[in-house]
Amino acid sequence: MPLLEIKNLQASVEEREILKGLDLVVNKGEVHAIMGPNGSGKSTLAHVLSGKPDYEVTGGEVLLEGEDILELDPAERAAKGIFLAFQYPMEIPGVATMTFLRTALNSQRKIRGEPELSTPEFMRRVRDAAQKLNIDQDMLKRPVNVGFSGGEKKRNEILQMALLEPKLAVLDETDSGLDIDALKVVADGVNRLRSPERAMIVITHYQRLLNHIVPDVVHVLSKGRIVRTGGKELALELEAKGYADYQEEAA
Amino acid sequence: MATAELAVVRTPAEEAIVERYPAFRARQQHWGGAAVERLREQGFAALKTRGLPNRRVEEWKYTDLKALMPQLAERFDGFSQGLVERAAALRPHLAVGDATRILFVNGCSAATLREQGFVYGSVAHGDDPRPQTAAVISRERDYADNAAVALNSAFMDDWVFLRIPAGTKPDKPLHLEFREIGDKPFATYPRVLIVVEDGASATVIETHDGSDGVAYQTNSLIEFEIGNGARVEHVAMNAAGDKALALSTVAARLGRDARFATLTVTVGAAVSRQQLFLAFQGEGSEAQVRGATMLRDKQHCDSTLVINHAAPHCLSRETFKTVLDDEARGVFQGKIIVAPGAQKTDGKMAAHTLLLSDAAEANAKPELEIFADDVVCGHGATAGALDDNLKFYLMARGIPEKDAEALLIESFVAEGVDSVEDETLREALMDVARGWLKARE
Repeated sequence: MPLLEIKNLQASVEEREILKGLDLVVNKGEVHAIMGPNGSGKSTLAHVLSGKPDYEVTGGEVLLEGEDILELDPAERAAKGIFLAFQYPMEIPGVATMTFLRTALNSQRKIRGEPELSTPEFMRRVRDAAQKLNIDQDMLKRPVNVGFSGGEKKRNEILQMALLEPKLAVLDETDSGLDIDALKVVADGVNRLRSPERAMIVITHYQRLLNHIVPDVVHVLSKGRIVRTGGKELALELEAKGYADYQEEAA
Repeated sequence: MATAELAVVRTPAEEAIVERYPAFRARQQHWGGAAVERLREQGFAALKTRGLPNRRVEEWKYTDLKALMPQLAERFDGFSQGLVERAAALRPHLAVGDATRILFVNGCSAATLREQGFVYGSVAHGDDPRPQTAAVISRERDYADNAAVALNSAFMDDWVFLRIPAGTKPDKPLHLEFREIGDKPFATYPRVLIVVEDGASATVIETHDGSDGVAYQTNSLIEFEIGNGARVEHVAMNAAGDKALALSTVAARLGRDARFATLTVTVGAAVSRQQLFLAFQGEGSEAQVRGATMLRDKQHCDSTLVINHAAPHCLSRETFKTVLDDEARGVFQGKIIVAPGAQKTDGKMAAHTLLLSDAAEANAKPELEIFADDVVCGHGATAGALDDNLKFYLMARGIPEKDAEALLIESFVAEGVDSVEDETLREALMDVARGWLKARE
């Protein structure tokens, strides 16, 4: 059984149809890149998978390990193992990063019927994960993402992913706003989380990120549909030729 | 003749003020001397002439005291040793840590203190306030005619004073614990003067707790006289009973290079009116004025500030956070006055309200009255629901909707409370906020 199966997915935002019959199959252990021009529906796909309320699914199915998840709210989907790394992580004044991490982890465990982690065990996990991402303890005491640089925010996203250990991680334009050094730190963090039990969908406009996170499959999304699928060399072709072909084709 | 009669149509509460005052005054004349007598008379005169303010009085626009206080409850008179013991055994809603407790039972000070790095006294009991404090007692007050203050002045039966000697700091925070207990309506009018002399510093915690289900009326006045270079941190907690009408006024006068931080956290009372009259009298002083209010059902809370920059080179920050659920109503009125010549004044005022229900109502009225030309002053007010994008971010991490909302509300309130320097006190205040949120589920 595939980890994720999307069948003929149609979705609208504010009554405007963005996804127009999208099909996608992702197996455990695979990394899929989804590339496409601006406005093709990349971010919409990411938000629909994680259940953002203002995105309305008008048709199709999304199955996670064979189970339809479209009726679940975002928290329930997260507990089932879906993780979205945000393109623009939110700043939450007044909530310490550590409190946020602990609440998230224990909430998921509670929904799954698992016991809460003990404080020392939680601290150990956070420290290990933070160290690998060059996140210092001071940053963990600060309110979530408040005053963080672009790179710090993205590293914080990967830290959350490392702690929450999702089955399916969706990375929405994780490379945006990062310089090359920050990009490497983030990509290394993601690569460490690759595993035969976990799949990833890497959404990006540019090929650059895929030099660091090498995908198994590359899809081209245009006008709300996947119009081409290939290996990692497809990303290089897109880098060389741009998206002009796909924009015209779909138009 | 007919018009004259029309002009003096009084509510039962106003009638009671006029009827009860002469006998009350006669019983109180044995203490306080001319200064107290003058204040009492001034308060009564203001009430007799104007009555209680209704919504057509600008200062009381959103809190129609005439309508909200139709009856004047009788002063509490059932004092006994048992009552004081009962009150002393209770603990306030705010878990105040190690502090010097000054307990007021139904408005009456039950403290028996020896000197503990500060001076405590009761004017009614004949304690000598010494010349400097006596001068503060007898000075003119530009807020004397304010209806709540006038009512307190007319019906006070004691005046407690605390003095922190120059250059000293009490070992522990001073805890003014106001406890109202009873099973039928009653009124209390506690009054406290706190003189923090030059270079002294103090933390003052003020808590208000009372019996639920009793429509008691409490009206407290706490005045701070803050000397040159003195520092005061003041935290007030309103956890009054659920049927209470709670009027409270804080007045502060700051000398030169003084620091005053005040935070009022409100979860209690049916109707609250919380006033601050702050005046900068010397250069180089700073005031941080904050509020965190959480209301539900039909609770009403009015926070009204008058910040008077009478001296140049002073800074004030006013930040109020209000969370309203159900049909609750939150009012913020803030006025910053910059006197002629108060150049380089820096004043910023912000009132933010989180509406958790469509039926909740927020009123904000910020005002600036600026009579100097080289100043930086501003104000902002917002009212809105929880941010859906923030909520989604938390939910996308596995935090269920109700918990996500609670976390966001807590963080909204925390911004008002974060400034409290004492960590134990700050945590205790957040526990109050968390307790409020828990009751929401």
